[in-house]
Amino acid sequence: MNHRLFVLGKYAAILLWSAFVVGPFLWALTTSFKTAAGVTGGPTYLPWLQYEPSVDGWRKLFGATGGIDIVRPYFDSIVVTTSASVISIVLGTLAAYGLSRFEYRAGFVKNADLVFFFVSQRIMPPIVLSIPFFLMLQFLDLLDTRLGLIIVYVALLLPIAVWIMVDFFNNVPREIDEMAMLDGCTPFGAFARVILPNSLPGIIVAGLFCLIFGWNDFFFAFTLTFTQTQLLPVAVVALNSSVTPWWSLSASALISVAPLVVIAFFVERLLSRGNLAGAIR
Amino acid sequence: MNGSWFRGYKLAFLLPALLSLAAIVLFPLFFTIAVSFSGWDAVTPGLNWRGGANYAAMAGDARFWEAFGRLAFLAIATVLLEYLLGLALALLVWREVKLRRFFRVLFLVPMMTTPVVMSVLWRTILHESLGPVNDILGHLGIPAVPWLTSSLPAVASVMIVEIWQWTPFMFLLLLAGLLSLPREPFLAAAIDGAGPVRTFFNVTWPMLLPVSAGALIIRLIEASKMLETIYVLTSGGPGTATETSGYYIYIRGLRDFEISYGAALSITYLVVMIVALTIIAKLLVRAVKGKAA
Repeated sequence: MNHRLFVLGKYAAILLWSAFVVGPFLWALTTSFKTAAGVTGGPTYLPWLQYEPSVDGWRKLFGATGGIDIVRPYFDSIVVTTSASVISIVLGTLAAYGLSRFEYRAGFVKNADLVFFFVSQRIMPPIVLSIPFFLMLQFLDLLDTRLGLIIVYVALLLPIAVWIMVDFFNNVPREIDEMAMLDGCTPFGAFARVILPNSLPGIIVAGLFCLIFGWNDFFFAFTLTFTQTQLLPVAVVALNSSVTPWWSLSASALISVAPLVVIAFFVERLLSRGNLAGAIR
Repeated sequence: MNGSWFRGYKLAFLLPALLSLAAIVLFPLFFTIAVSFSGWDAVTPGLNWRGGANYAAMAGDARFWEAFGRLAFLAIATVLLEYLLGLALALLVWREVKLRRFFRVLFLVPMMTTPVVMSVLWRTILHESLGPVNDILGHLGIPAVPWLTSSLPAVASVMIVEIWQWTPFMFLLLLAGLLSLPREPFLAAAIDGAGPVRTFFNVTWPMLLPVSAGALIIRLIEASKMLETIYVLTSGGPGTATETSGYYIYIRGLRDFEISYGAALSITYLVVMIVALTIIAKLLVRAVKGKAA
């Protein structure tokens, strides 16, 4: 085989896929600076050369007339996602430590079954839970509130936290706990003072995954909130209806995925340090 | 150290998480089963016992069963394509490539981004007259494709968007798998004078089979929930060309507010999914073990 041709083909394939990945973002970026005339005239790509750029699309996101206010959904999304992630990490880390260190038995249920119960929640399609969640939140008078969504998101994120942390703790040698307990620590003391400070890499991986999954959920936010509470994906999709102001649509889409692109860099760093391989297995 | 105080400690670790999850998920799930045997809708709310009437209606609901077939096709076809593409990408940036860390991050980005938000953007990209895809095709001399308004192109559009979003997940797992492979088998293959193609089929791919099976199973589970992309891109249309089970249940259960019928459909959907995915997972794991042995 001609080696140079092989290498050339390799880079061509990499660049082709890169273009496919980046394309939507570049299109959104250029569209966000267009006006109505720039959109309805057919697809154009280069500002100044093909269309007259304007920052209207971006200004309309911050409460300018005829636009939407993206600040409130942004705030709601941050509050709901971080609260649910923190609760899930706290509960999940405790449970994962217990499942990794102690033996539980209730009838035929053992540790492996308990882990499976947590992880298997990820199989549940959102639509199956959305009907009972709707009725449950209605009964609790929590429809259309941030608290209601936080409760629902904990159910979504807790399995992820338990899954990642059980695996993490299984790779932390038991001798460390035993030493601590020989030094007079209670089981909880050993966990809090010795294990926890050394578990930061695992907690960061679990936390990042919780944040991503929470931030990206649309369906529950869409079916369980209406006007008082509105999360970011719902606000963006609302722009998609009837009249389509592509410029503010693109601008809002870009701001709402921006934090995730930053997270992608962290994930790659964990991948190259080998932390992720363990966490995923 | 097996006193009763120790038992208390053990439970203090596990119970908060276990009880919260059970309360949030199990109770509603059992409630759904009860609701599916009642006649709860917008006009007559409440648990008024109706027996198996909802399930009897469902058996004759051709639209529901067709949605299942469509979901099976969409899920299996997209996941297989994602696997092939993810594997190719992982091999491309595995080693001996300049800027490989940059390309690794770049290839991961789509899976981090919010699916519905990206679907909204894809809708503008695939727009028949104003979108860039048909514009580029036009420059290549290909006539405009009605991406979202004609049956076959609409199915293709859903697959393209899903592939854009989720190939990175396959890529991530397969790259992590490649990076953790031992070096010796590759040295042995090189000593035997095996070329890149033979090395791949005899050494690399067989060692990647366990990771591959895991990645395929996880993606199939996720793909069988397919709903949000479809809601934004095509709303199940044109007609019912892209209507999956999840979307049909959404229409009947939450949009038309036929709570009980939606509940019956949900429970059936869940059971069929669990059975089908368990069988597929068992078969995949067995196939991998057979190959590895």
